Order: sequence, then structure tokens, then C-alpha cells
Amino acid sequence: MPSTAASRILEHYRPPFDATAVKKIKEMGGIVVGKTNMDEFGMGSTTEASAFQVTANPWDLTRVPGGSSGGSAAAVAARQCMVSLGSDTGGSVRQPASFCGVVGLKPTYGRVSRFGLMAYASSLDVIGCFGSTVADAGMLLHAVSGYDRFDSTSSKQDVPEFDTQFLSMDSFESKPLKGVRVGLIRETLEEGVDSGVRSATQEAASHLEALGCVVTEVSLPSFSLGLPAYYVIASSESSSNLSRYDGVRYGNQVMADELNKLYECSRGQGFGGEVKMRILMGTYALSAGYYDAYYKRAQQVRTLIRKDFKAALDHNDILISPAAPSAAYKIGEKKDDPLAMYAGDIMTVNVNLAGLPAIVLPCGLVEGGPSGLPVGLQMIGAAFDEEKLLKVGHIFEQTLKGSGFVPPTLPNVA
Amino acid sequence: MSTTLFRTIQPNHFTLLTTALLRTRTKTSRHISVRCQTSTTTQQPRTSAPKNHGSNKLDEILKDYEAVIGIETHVQLSTSTKAFCSCPNSYGSHPNTSICPVCMGLPGALPVLSSKVVDFGVRLGLALNCSLSLKSKFDRKQYFYPDLPKGYQISQFDVPIASGGYVDVDIPLEFGGGHRRFGITRVHMEEDAGKLLHSDAGDYSQAMIVSKLDLVDLNRAGVPLLEIVSEPDMRSGVEAAEYGSEMQRIVRYLGVSNGNMQEGSLRCDVNISIRPIGQAEFGTKVEIKNLNAFSAMSRAIDYEITRQALLYNQGQADKIVTETRLWDEGAQKTVTMRKKEGLADYRYFPEPDLPEVILTQEYVDSIRASLPELPEAKRRRYEAMGLGIQDVLFLANDVSVAEYFDEVIGKGADVKSAANWLMSDIAAYLKNEELSISDVKLTPHELAELIAAIKDETISGKIGKQITDPVEIEKMIMKVISESPKQLEQYRSGKTKLQGFFAGQVMKMSKGKANPALLNKILLEKLNAKE
Repeated sequence: MPSTAASRILEHYRPPFDATAVKKIKEMGGIVVGKTNMDEFGMGSTTEASAFQVTANPWDLTRVPGGSSGGSAAAVAARQCMVSLGSDTGGSVRQPASFCGVVGLKPTYGRVSRFGLMAYASSLDVIGCFGSTVADAGMLLHAVSGYDRFDSTSSKQDVPEFDTQFLSMDSFESKPLKGVRVGLIRETLEEGVDSGVRSATQEAASHLEALGCVVTEVSLPSFSLGLPAYYVIASSESSSNLSRYDGVRYGNQVMADELNKLYECSRGQGFGGEVKMRILMGTYALSAGYYDAYYKRAQQVRTLIRKDFKAALDHNDILISPAAPSAAYKIGEKKDDPLAMYAGDIMTVNVNLAGLPAIVLPCGLVEGGPSGLPVGLQMIGAAFDEEKLLKVGHIFEQTLKGSGFVPPTLPNVA
Repeated sequence: MSTTLFRTIQPNHFTLLTTALLRTRTKTSRHISVRCQTSTTTQQPRTSAPKNHGSNKLDEILKDYEAVIGIETHVQLSTSTKAFCSCPNSYGSHPNTSICPVCMGLPGALPVLSSKVVDFGVRLGLALNCSLSLKSKFDRKQYFYPDLPKGYQISQFDVPIASGGYVDVDIPLEFGGGHRRFGITRVHMEEDAGKLLHSDAGDYSQAMIVSKLDLVDLNRAGVPLLEIVSEPDMRSGVEAAEYGSEMQRIVRYLGVSNGNMQEGSLRCDVNISIRPIGQAEFGTKVEIKNLNAFSAMSRAIDYEITRQALLYNQGQADKIVTETRLWDEGAQKTVTMRKKEGLADYRYFPEPDLPEVILTQEYVDSIRASLPELPEAKRRRYEAMGLGIQDVLFLANDVSVAEYFDEVIGKGADVKSAANWLMSDIAAYLKNEELSISDVKLTPHELAELIAAIKDETISGKIGKQITDPVEIEKMIMKVISESPKQLEQYRSGKTKLQGFFAGQVMKMSKGKANPALLNKILLEKLNAKE
């Protein structure tokens, strides 16, 4: 199948092998319906950076579906498929899940093989799952998880049977989540978060309490350091990972008589603006004299962030926060303000830096669009504890009042 | 002369042995002789390095200037697969037939380290007396070139697998002899790049076209390398060549590489500067590439010392710039390849796709215990057995010759006799027939018996070397007969004493080695045969 990473430089590229995750799906009888749109090479939060088209949010066709895996989220939201795969480097599965009112599941780093995932940032990338319910997303995750000898960073940890723990609501006790300790991350409800998102999150916390959880506030002091650390690490690693797109062996080549011209023209014409910007940032951050000040320092900050999360998760079963500071915004609204767009990743990047699993599920609606816009709740778990996240998520979802989250563009699906 | 030979014959089954000595095992000696050719190549610097008219000039220069030389050696490992994928690691295949998504750098491909590479790295590090880093890592060395598929090379930057070692060598006698110790700064693991071929160089229809000028063959991309960086301890072309030869010996002794400069499995780049004697600071360093033999290395260094000294003497020392020069074998000089504007920025950072390389002390110890006796230890052992340094160097410098020698003396043969046999008769035979020691049908056991028999005078030394193959003798006889028709007619008409004449001619042709009894038997047959 064509695999372009939504980039002109791979416009006609067809890989000669399947990603391990896809291979596993096929082996289990899964039907690959098609490929979805995304921000070019995973760089973006709206799918507007795709070289080919912009994807519209099924809840309001004038709004973005989120990104970078916006196409995969929208496809599930619009019920074009049952489940879909995406990649999550800084929130690229969780944020679109929130914007599109579907479930987005980010596994622990190493849980799913990266072999066949076109690399963006090697130490942050994971393959994530979308579904219209927690159970669907969980089943897909189980199918693609496991150690792969072709990925040296994949984990040998056992994969529990988390595809079979989704009990029906009838079997729930009155307080099915009794004793589950939930930590609400204080720093995620401060300034810059929409009031609608804030109240949806508080309501979600109350819902969890009603189910028997003990919800307390936790603080992650290093929280605000995550965004700059993420952008330094991600741009640096991606500037290196994208060096292979040089027009020599595959992809679009602009013929030239001189080598440097070949590189300049193939890459210059093949890459979009956002990609070029990040490659430049990353190259700068790794260059002689700057490595210590940027990349090395960002990795040190990363250690602090990991420590804070570990400390919080030693005293809580899960942590919760909004998935994004707002609901879906209008197409074109943030296109010319990259920093404002980056700021939207604040809720999600720390989880990638710490390598932890997280799930986003719709928890409410805010004003906007024909029928309101969905808002997602993010639940973060300890490393390799997807089982717990899925359990809590499933019970939360099943007990939430309302008719489920179905976009108005679809006929009434009861 | 022929009469004295007759007197010393003692019929004995050992004479039949020598027929075996002279028959080759297979007809494909050309193929097997690659090793022989290279082993004689390593010896060439000793016997055929030009003692040219320039050597006096060089001596003059070296009174005022000191050369400071360091060498970077890349050793291609003889593993069965590449470093980070399971593509076969084989030399000489058709272009782009040993590639896969990983070594091609396709989107989504990831490297997986072959444990053999670590094994060989530890082996070489220990053989070079280095300290091993029990924890090391890989880094990405980034630059753009068509033969580098990922746009970066997986290498080791700040934490190499081994560092801080040394190597002991013996300078060949013809260059003054003596022991030297050269420091080894580090040994690290990395992957090789592919090859660029010019599009007019034959049929490369499977190679990829880049910019209408060059074709890319990725068979070599991802092949494992060990890079050895020496301390700048060498002071002359001879020392550098000996360092290089010792590296070749060691990798062959260890079995980690073929160490073949012509095939590219051993590549040496030289860094050289000179400074006035007494000056503490180093002069400007020049890099020399494209050295395909140790003799070339030696000559290139001598040329470069002369070139730099000349500039110093003319007050133009500032014309010596940090650059890479190529050795032009045809013109016998170094020429500018490219000027280095400062150091290249490779933007090193730790390879995120590979975990740390962690070695346990037990693992290291088990490898240390499995190392073979290395050249230096062998040389000292042979010396202790009473052999002269010339013999020591001959016997120890080729791992196969040393193995053979060790086996012979292991069977109890006298050391000096075994050495002499190997160095004179067997070596000459191998050279004439262009074979390597592994082709010789005379087994070490047989040679040991032969030596023992000669020693207790069961047979004479001369007999040990006779030709006793009737077919061969017959050939010589027929040649002599055809060349002496007059004498043949005379013999056949009654002058039977001419048998002696023919026998003498055949003996002359065989350089005194034909077995006299057999000679005369066949000769009589032929002489008396009907027309």
C-alpha cells in the first residue's frame, strides 16, 4: 500500500514490508480498510500540515480533528472503520481522540514494536490505538503488543490478557472502582485551560468519586518543563531520522548534475514548511557547541519529569488531566502561530517523556459546532499498567450518562 | 658429482614421502594462493622497500625534524552477517544483492546489534592490551553522502568499547631491527558505508542511479567494522608499516578479519606532522588516504616528511595546512584531495534505537581465556627457544606458517632443523609454485619424522629432497634424449658408455635432485627402446 507519511517526498513510495503491528493484525484476521491522513511525518497537532489535504472534524466540518493522527481519529469518529492505528510522540493519538470524541490509547514505550513505524522521534514514538469504545481500543492494543526481535527497544514484558477484562455493566458492583486512588494533576487546571474543559474535567473527577475512587490533587513540579524539553528532543531526533529522505534510494528525486543540488532540490521540494522548521531546530540543537546546552539538558530535564511521575504513581493508581487545553478549534486558526499550536501539547508531552501509558476517553461536551464539541479526559498509568487504565476507563465509560459520543454528521446511531 | 650421490642412497620409505611433497592438493592454487600472495606482500616491505636515492635525503632531514605519525585502521569483520541486520556479509557479490530494509535505511527500519560484533570487539580490545568499557553505547555520526543510506553512521563516540592499550612490534632487521611499543588510543565498533561506482565502470545495471554521475552499491553498507586509533607514537615510515603489519597479523591470528588491504578488509589512514627536533608542540597534521599496501604507507610517509621539511626549510611552513591528501601510487607522491575547513561537525548524539552494550566480567574473562597465542608472545617464545630474530620473524609473522611450525616441533622435531626446512626448502617451493603453506601435502607430522630420520642419519639431507616421481624423471629423460639426437644414435650403434652422458644431463636438468637409481632404470628403458 502507498505509505507517504503525508509527505510529497514519499508521494509514490510503496514499502516492501509490513510493520510488525500491521503484520500481527493481518495474522489475526484483521481487515486493513485503508490508510488515513496525518500531519506530515507526525509533526503537527491539526492534520493541516499534510501535504495532500486537510481532514475535517466529524463534529464540525469547519474545525480540525487534531493531530498528528487526525485522520485515524476522524475515521473512527465517523464510523468509517471500527478501530484505527496512529502514532503518539507528544500526544498525537490522545489529542485527536479528545477533539473527535473517541478513545485514544497510548501504550507504554516498548509495549508495541516500532518496526515499520516511520520514525519521528525514536525515544518518544509509540503506536497507539483508536476505537469508539475503551474495549475496542483495548482489543486492538492487545493484538499489536509484544516483544519484537526487529526492534531493540521493544520490551520483553509479558502482555496480560487485557482484551478479555471488559465486563458488561450489569456485572458492576455499586462502587466498582472502590479504593482506586486517582491523582488529579494540579498543574493541568491552571491558566490557559478553557473553562469548559476545566469543568468537564472536574465533572469527570466527580464521576470517578461516585464510582468509589479516592480523588486527590497531586503536583508535578517539573510539569511546565516538559514542553520545551519535548520540542528540543523531538526536533533533534527527527532531524536525524529524516536525513534518510534524500531522494537517492526511494521517494521523489529531483534529478541534478551535482550532489548538493540533488539533496537541496529533492528535500526542499519534498518537505513541507513545518517539517523543515523542525529539522532546522533539531540540527541546530545537536550542532557542535550546542549539544550540551540543549539536547543533553533536555534529557536531564526528562529524568526529573520521570521521577515526578514515578513519585506520584507510587501513591496513586492513576493520574488524570484534560487531554488538551481546549476543544477542537477552527481550521486555519493556529496555522500561522506555531508556538500557540505547540502550547496545546502541554497536557500530553510529559507522558511521552516519561514513557508511560495513557488513555483518553470522551467525558463531556463544550459549546461549539452543531451539537457541541467533545472533550476528553486523560488517564495516565504506571509503566506497563495498561490493564488498570483499561479497566478504569471501561467502567468510567460504561457508567457515564448520555447516549455515547456520536458526531452529528452521522445518522442517529442508537 | 652424480657418483657421490649414488654412494649415499639408503633405500628407505622416506624417499617416497617426497613425491607427496611436490604434488599439489588441488589445481586451484590460484584461488588459494590469495593468502600466500598477501603473506609475501607483508614480507615485501622487508626485502623490496626501496633503498632509494632519497634515503640519504631523508636521513639528512631526520637530523633536524621529527615526524609524528598516528594511524587510524578500519578492520572489516569476517562475521557471517552485517552488524545490524541479517544480510550476508560477503565480498564481491553483484551490486545490491545483499540488502534489506534495515541496511538500506528504508522508512520504519530499525537496527538490531549482532552479538558477534561485540565478541570480536572484545577480542581485539584484549589482544591490544586495552581496558574494556563494561558499559558502552552507540552514537549517530551524521553527514550526507549517497553511500550512507540513513544519513548517519552508527558508531561509538565518547564511550568506545576499548581504550588505552598498546602493541609491541619488532622492526625488521634490514631497517635496523629492535623492539618498539606503540600506544593504542581506542577501539570502537561501527558500520561500514556502501560503495559509489562511476557509471562508466562496467555493467552495474542493478545499482541505483544518482545524479547521472555515480551509482550506489549498498552491499557493503552495514558491514561491521572495528576502528583502531593509535597514539601518535610512530616516527618513521618503517615504524608505521610495521604497526600496520602487526595489526594485520593480529586480526588474522584472532580470526576476526581477513585483514586484506587489497579487498578493503583492512584500511589504514595516516596522520602525519613534523616538528623541529626539540620542539614540544606538534606541527600541522596532514591526513593521507588511499594506501593499498604497507609498502605504499612507508613510501607515502617518507614522501610527506620530505615535502613538509622542504616547506619548513624554505620558510613556508604556513603552507602546510590541515588537509586530506591522497597517495598517488603512479606518481609516487601525495596530492591534495580536500582541505578541511576546521573539524567536520558530525552532530553526534546517542543512538536511541539501540540499548547500552553491557559486558559482564565473566564474559570478558571467558573471551580472554579463549584467545590464541598472539604474534608478540610467539615471537618471544621462539626467541627463547634459541632461534635468531630473522628466523623468529619469518616463522611468527604468518599465522599459518607459525601453526605449521608449532605442530612440527610439537611432534618432537629439532627446533633449528624445523626452522631451516620451513625457511629454505619449503619456502622456496611455495614461492616457485605460488602456493600457501596450507596447500603443502607434507604434513607437519611427516616433516617431523623426516627431520628425525635425517637427524639419526637414516637418510641424508640431500635424499630428503630428491625427485622420485618416475613420470617427472621420464619427462626430463625424454627432453634430454630429444635434445641430443647425435648421442642417441651413437649409443644405439654401440657406444653404451654414453649412458653416463645422458644421466649427467638429466641430473643437471633436475639440479641434482633426480633419484639416481630411478633415473638410470628409466633411462636404460628409453635408450634401448626400439625406434
